[in-house]
Amino acid sequence: MVRVISAIGRYGINLVQELGRMGLFFYYSFLGIFKPPGKFFSTIKQVHFIGNKSMAVVSFTAAFSGMVLGLQGYYTLSKFGSEGLLGSAVALSLIRELGPVLTALMVTGRAGSAICAEIGIMRIEEQIEALECMAIDPYSYIIAPKVLGCIIAVPLLTAIFDIVGMLGGYGVGVGLMGVNPGAFIWGMKNSVLNQDVWMGVVKSFFFAVLIIWICCYKGFWAGTRRGSFGAEGVSKATTEAVVLSSVMVLVCDYIITSLML
Amino acid sequence: MPNVESSPLIRVENIVAHYDSLEVLHNLTFDVTPRAITVIMGVSGCGKSTLLKLLIGLKKPTSGNIYVDGKNLVKMSRKELDTFRKRIGVLFQGGALFNSMTVGENIAVPLRVHTKLSEETIRIMCQLKLEMVGLAGFEDFMPSQLSGGMRKRAGLARALAMDPEILFFDEPSSGLDPITSAGLDNLILKLKSAFGMTIVVVTHELESAFTIADQLIVMDKGEILAYGTPEEVKKSTNQRVRQFLERQPEEKYSKDSQFLESLLSKA
Repeated sequence: MVRVISAIGRYGINLVQELGRMGLFFYYSFLGIFKPPGKFFSTIKQVHFIGNKSMAVVSFTAAFSGMVLGLQGYYTLSKFGSEGLLGSAVALSLIRELGPVLTALMVTGRAGSAICAEIGIMRIEEQIEALECMAIDPYSYIIAPKVLGCIIAVPLLTAIFDIVGMLGGYGVGVGLMGVNPGAFIWGMKNSVLNQDVWMGVVKSFFFAVLIIWICCYKGFWAGTRRGSFGAEGVSKATTEAVVLSSVMVLVCDYIITSLML
Repeated sequence: MPNVESSPLIRVENIVAHYDSLEVLHNLTFDVTPRAITVIMGVSGCGKSTLLKLLIGLKKPTSGNIYVDGKNLVKMSRKELDTFRKRIGVLFQGGALFNSMTVGENIAVPLRVHTKLSEETIRIMCQLKLEMVGLAGFEDFMPSQLSGGMRKRAGLARALAMDPEILFFDEPSSGLDPITSAGLDNLILKLKSAFGMTIVVVTHELESAFTIADQLIVMDKGEILAYGTPEEVKKSTNQRVRQFLERQPEEKYSKDSQFLESLLSKA
């Protein structure tokens, strides 16, 4: 019994410590944005890496998500004779929910894992210590451009996801299922409000912060914890980063939705 | 204690350090003389790398003080620590080069961050530093294209980028062939004689240590066993120092049968 209580206590202390470390990491990274050196070119590089290089996978996912939505939506709506509402169903689902969430999950899998592994390798090869010894703040030099890059790229990717997804839904709904194109477009135009677009933007911004925070944090301290050193530590950190980011995106999605509805 | 004419540049006083609850350095006290080479040596796991981390401010001791020009490194603010670090250069064991940058870009990092030099001047300075370490013409190579010895030299060129006053080396000879290792020793000696740098080297390579050292510190299990000039250390009567200097292995088993028996008993 004592063992169980002490194990729970240890877990609790570790959890609080981890949250504290994550909080400090967030604080230093945020401060790092405003510290020299200038971050224009390094941020552009990160926007290219996180945004441009994720475009193919995001567009591919978006097209098929939109197509499935079109197909499923058509069969469901046709039962009530409301095929004309397919446009609004596809658009609202994408803009409010699927666009931000699936984009965030794709960015986590493609860029988040790579960023975590990159920083983790820098840690185990003493490159971060080398930066500190050169009086260069690693939060400002390594982390801050990635944070800025992610915050710029993810909302843009989400917008691309929404548009490609709607095109996919249009293709299946209008092209294959024979829904009236005018009704499809009209439905989209009339049902999507500024508030819906705003919700998508807010979500994508929060998801971007969440993904980059977790992935950078896990990479930054990779291979330094007891029981997971070296390459094993980096692989463990990458797995943890992807799993935790994905779960937190879904949790955060629910919280934001409930607050903004 | 070695005979030192000038006052120490770094004074380490009663340093104690821990990893979690394990005490790894026990009450160390020594001085680093300016414009001289101080070699800290000992067997693997004796605490010498931890000591180096303390000297460059990457780790805080549990107790004790480290004075650099009279200022306590342990109690320095972030800004003071950065000022101190601009005066030092550190060569890490594996070179610690940024893999995604070319050798030239690696050397340019501290220059771009800390100076307002033009790109042309930075390019010339990078070439100059590479020339100093014998790697002229390698500025466009990626670190992965270099051999172990060349990577260390490139790391040294980066450490020299800001013309440091104090240079720290972590195991400069480890993993290198004897010729490359001797070349690096010569380079360290030249840096001291030509530029008057203060150099601190952590190593377990005996030959290299005695070739370059002006003062030697022999460590074991977190304690200083011998401290002085190479000649003084060579005369040490400490059993553990003699064992280290004469490269005698830990004799646990005098006979092969005892060794085999011990393995069987553990199985």
